Amino acid sequence: MANDWPLLSLVTFLPLVGAVFIMLTRGEDAVVARNARYVALWTSLITFVVSLLIWVNFDPTTADFQMVEKHAWIPESNISYHMGVDGISVFFVLLSTFLTPICILASWESVQTRVREYMIAFLVLETLMVGMFCALDILVFYFFFEGVLIPMFLIIGIWGGPRRVYAAFKFFLYTLAGSVLMLIAVLTMYFQTGTTDIPELMQAGFPAQLQTWLWLAFFASFAVKVPMWPVHTWLPDAHVEAPTAGSVILAGVLLKMGGYGFLRFSIPMFPDASEYFAPLVYTLSIVAIIYTSLVALAQEDMKKLIAYSSMAHMGFVTIGAFTLTTQGVEGSIFQMLSHGIVSAALFLIVGVVYDRIHSREITAYGGLVTRMPRYALVFMIFMLASVGLPGTSGFVGEFLVLMGAFKVSTWLATLAATGVILGAVYMLYLYRRVIFGTLDKESLKAILDLSPREIAVFAPLVILVFWMGIYPASFLDLMSASVDNLISNYKVALNASAVDVATR
Amino acid sequence: MYVAIVFLPALGALIAGTFRAQLGDRGSQLVTCGAMGLSMILGIVAFIDVALGGNTRTIELFDWISSGSMQASWALKFDTLTAVMVMVVTVVSTMVHVYSIGYMSHDPHKPRFMAYLSMFTFAMLMLVTADNLVQLFFGWEGVGLASYLLIGFWYHKPTANAAAIKAFVVNRVGDFGFALGIFGVYILFDTVSFDAIFAAAASKQEASITFLWWEANAITVLSILLFIGAMGKSAQLGLHTWLPDAMEGPTPVSALIHAATMVTAGVFMVARLSPLIEYSADALTVITFVGAATAFFAATVGLCQNDIKRVIAYSTCSQLGYMFFALGVSAYSAAIFHLMTHAFFKALLFLGAGSVIHAMSDEQDMRKMGGIWRKIPLTYSLMWIGSLALAGVPFFAGYYSKDLIIEAAFASGSAVGEFAFWMGITAAVLTAFYSWRLIIMTFHGKTRASDEVFSHVHESPKVMTIPLIVLAIGAIFSGWLGYDLFAGDARADFWGPALLVLEGHDTIEGAHHVPLWVKLCPIIAGVLGIGTAYWFYMLNPSIPGKLATTFRPIYLFLLNKWYFDELYDAVFVRPAMRIGRALWKGGDGAIIDGFGPDGISAVARVLAGRAGRLQTGYVYHYAFAMLIGVIGFVSWFVLV
Repeated sequence: MANDWPLLSLVTFLPLVGAVFIMLTRGEDAVVARNARYVALWTSLITFVVSLLIWVNFDPTTADFQMVEKHAWIPESNISYHMGVDGISVFFVLLSTFLTPICILASWESVQTRVREYMIAFLVLETLMVGMFCALDILVFYFFFEGVLIPMFLIIGIWGGPRRVYAAFKFFLYTLAGSVLMLIAVLTMYFQTGTTDIPELMQAGFPAQLQTWLWLAFFASFAVKVPMWPVHTWLPDAHVEAPTAGSVILAGVLLKMGGYGFLRFSIPMFPDASEYFAPLVYTLSIVAIIYTSLVALAQEDMKKLIAYSSMAHMGFVTIGAFTLTTQGVEGSIFQMLSHGIVSAALFLIVGVVYDRIHSREITAYGGLVTRMPRYALVFMIFMLASVGLPGTSGFVGEFLVLMGAFKVSTWLATLAATGVILGAVYMLYLYRRVIFGTLDKESLKAILDLSPREIAVFAPLVILVFWMGIYPASFLDLMSASVDNLISNYKVALNASAVDVATR
Repeated sequence: MYVAIVFLPALGALIAGTFRAQLGDRGSQLVTCGAMGLSMILGIVAFIDVALGGNTRTIELFDWISSGSMQASWALKFDTLTAVMVMVVTVVSTMVHVYSIGYMSHDPHKPRFMAYLSMFTFAMLMLVTADNLVQLFFGWEGVGLASYLLIGFWYHKPTANAAAIKAFVVNRVGDFGFALGIFGVYILFDTVSFDAIFAAAASKQEASITFLWWEANAITVLSILLFIGAMGKSAQLGLHTWLPDAMEGPTPVSALIHAATMVTAGVFMVARLSPLIEYSADALTVITFVGAATAFFAATVGLCQNDIKRVIAYSTCSQLGYMFFALGVSAYSAAIFHLMTHAFFKALLFLGAGSVIHAMSDEQDMRKMGGIWRKIPLTYSLMWIGSLALAGVPFFAGYYSKDLIIEAAFASGSAVGEFAFWMGITAAVLTAFYSWRLIIMTFHGKTRASDEVFSHVHESPKVMTIPLIVLAIGAIFSGWLGYDLFAGDARADFWGPALLVLEGHDTIEGAHHVPLWVKLCPIIAGVLGIGTAYWFYMLNPSIPGKLATTFRPIYLFLLNKWYFDELYDAVFVRPAMRIGRALWKGGDGAIIDGFGPDGISAVARVLAGRAGRLQTGYVYHYAFAMLIGVIGFVSWFVLV
């Protein structure tokens, strides 16, 4: 029975094995590059297939952590290598393993320098991402969480665009600033409770005063990752300078680290502080949604536009998580998954024309539909998913989040819903300028439609967008037990502290 | 069978869209028209079974979104209201499909066009068969998408692209209200399924809700939010601006989507929700007022337009206003009746206009037409039928439904009902006037077309005229045939539980007992309008020009559609772009980056520069610094 295998560790470290293989290849540059590509692709595909076993073995009826592995690591300090997934984290693992082969396939031709190192970076990145979502020990988590930054920093800094150094520096500065505070918080928690085990920490019940400080420290780190307004300005630069596949992983998975962090740490461990700070989160999210949507409208660079739209969509995630209603939290997780697919696809779409024309300026395009009908169709599908059209994945998340928000406050729901209107405006406006109109630019006269390789990249994404949009039950059903558990624990904790205050 | 009605068009669209290269033009036309035709036949059978036979049913397909107590499934609900809509949609859609074969014969993208049309029909059928609010919303946005794609069908035209975006975005504004309404309904009733909501509606009459700063009766608030969605889709005053622009799309699209079916979705929605909205007198008042105002407003604008399609578009907008004030006075059945007759005669008018445009080598400006009636007698006579039905001339379809609405408004006895009545009468005069203005300018007088265009004028092929004849039959007989079911004594049995009219709200009953002068008013209005148009444009063609110069401000006001577009452009569109740019350059660039990473690095650089300057390399500088330091230390110790 597969249950006995250390499935999570296998998925986590399998990419690393591939990376070692690539490292060992020697010979002519062209041969090495070719081998590196194939090894990376096969490793990531096998990892993905193995990770599907996690889905198969996942029991949706329980909120407990599953497929748990626990080995003492530093026993004298009570720190252990502890892995496990629940309904909140399981799909993020799958999202990571799903997007990695797509990234590798997307970089097949566009990356021509230092191919070997590039592929190694991606496989290492995959290990770190998966490990982060599986980790059940806060130090293990911290190790993966911060480790992710390194390959990402290198991918932007080495294979990025002309201002890559500035972008990489900005990315690093922001995220590091948050991380330092988080490390202090982690240490504080350890000294308070004597454990770094996440399930134990969830039961710890920190004093309200301390919760406030710990919450803020974690918030500093997660808010940068999401990113929330006003600590978001690293994102447009990082996206613009990153190579296509870098943007895909950045938007697809790394932004989810913040949202996941809120659900895994902030809410269950600091319920009082979460309740206290929820209005702050709402406010920042609303500002983010409206502000970044308006900014997106004014963009002239396709990647920047999509980067800003990413932030608007992540605004829904943070609102949903802190509504602490079933619809809000499930919507929030679903929105993260959907955004992981859709924004990843949109960056790939920009990548397709960038590979051909080497420009991200919107004005460099126009009338592409005449030469690239398939491309226009794929772009249309993801544009509509981004706009949140019912029947696509984008709708379900936004709809549930707004529904949860309405329960909390009609103001919150109303203001957030304006983002839905603005989202339609900037995406349709972008689509019109790039795809529609007459094709009269000399440079575009010979542009080619999607190649079979590119179709192979987009096909799984298209299928998933419709699957998630038409039958989201396959995903929502797996979350519900864990989400209900999260919410009921939160309510119990709040009641307990209310009683505490009353008896005092 | 019921599943097939809805999914056959989707199948047609999918096949025509995916295999357009293999099927070719003819193949994709056959596939889509065939699927649509079959769906129409089944739709008529369903009408007989469900509406006439009373066999209502709900077919559960599978689960859609379920999260906590929020359960929405894919399901097809067939009751009388749905059956009527399904019949109207499938019949008109099939006719438009067939007509398009002829109309689009010179277009290089026929398969794509046919696929879009079928896709639209699928979405529309999902909309009318929804058994919960969320699926209704799916169909709602789905038809919006199809409308966007079809308005922008000729994507090389910048105006078409702009109109397509405008349609989508304005509809989104409406959907914003709709979505909030759905959330509110869920909070209030803990369900989104129609049957459960309607069952609980009576018990929640007194509930109140605080929406933003407004605390009011819950059902009133929710009804108004949902109605905002209907306003967007059905182009009611304030959210109407997209509809005239939507005429940039090919004419069959205007007939199907922007006259007969999609724009009536708002009317359908309010009728569907009648068991909820009926409990809020205030919401009904709002609906009546908006409908009546739209009926009047759009009719005034229709007077001065010169584009043949825009005249009909404003006419549609105005007729939708009639339907809404009928809903507002609880004459739901009359509204759906007018929806049905309107679908026939307005589709006829649009397709007839398309036939004219086709004959005139794609000319749409009525000032460049005239004198062609002898050359296209069939189209000419069909346009007459459509206009007679529209103007409410006795025994044509519009006569039955429109009179009923106007009488019901009078019978409601409320102040807003009386307002609607007078607006309706005035709009009826204007309707008759602009309809005959259109006929006379297009077909009569000396031609104003160039010789080349004029010599090419020809009757359309059979593939276009036969659908017109089918619709004309509907435009003549549907009112007479439907009167008993929709307005007569049979209506209670016919509708069953699909519509709810509370005790004392039965304005249709009241409409049968209004004074004689009220019954005569709409007919007199029609004759008056036709007579004036005849006098203005046939007997004395100098009058319109003189009026336009004498009352220039009014003329310009009407010609420019009450300046709504300019207003919205100034209030929303331009500021949004300006704010966006300001936030980007100012907010992100100057403030956040300025004080954030860029600022910190700049400060660091400056400090490093200063620190660097300290190391000058001159011994006396260092000596001086040391001296200052020593003095400092000594004074510190001495003083402390």
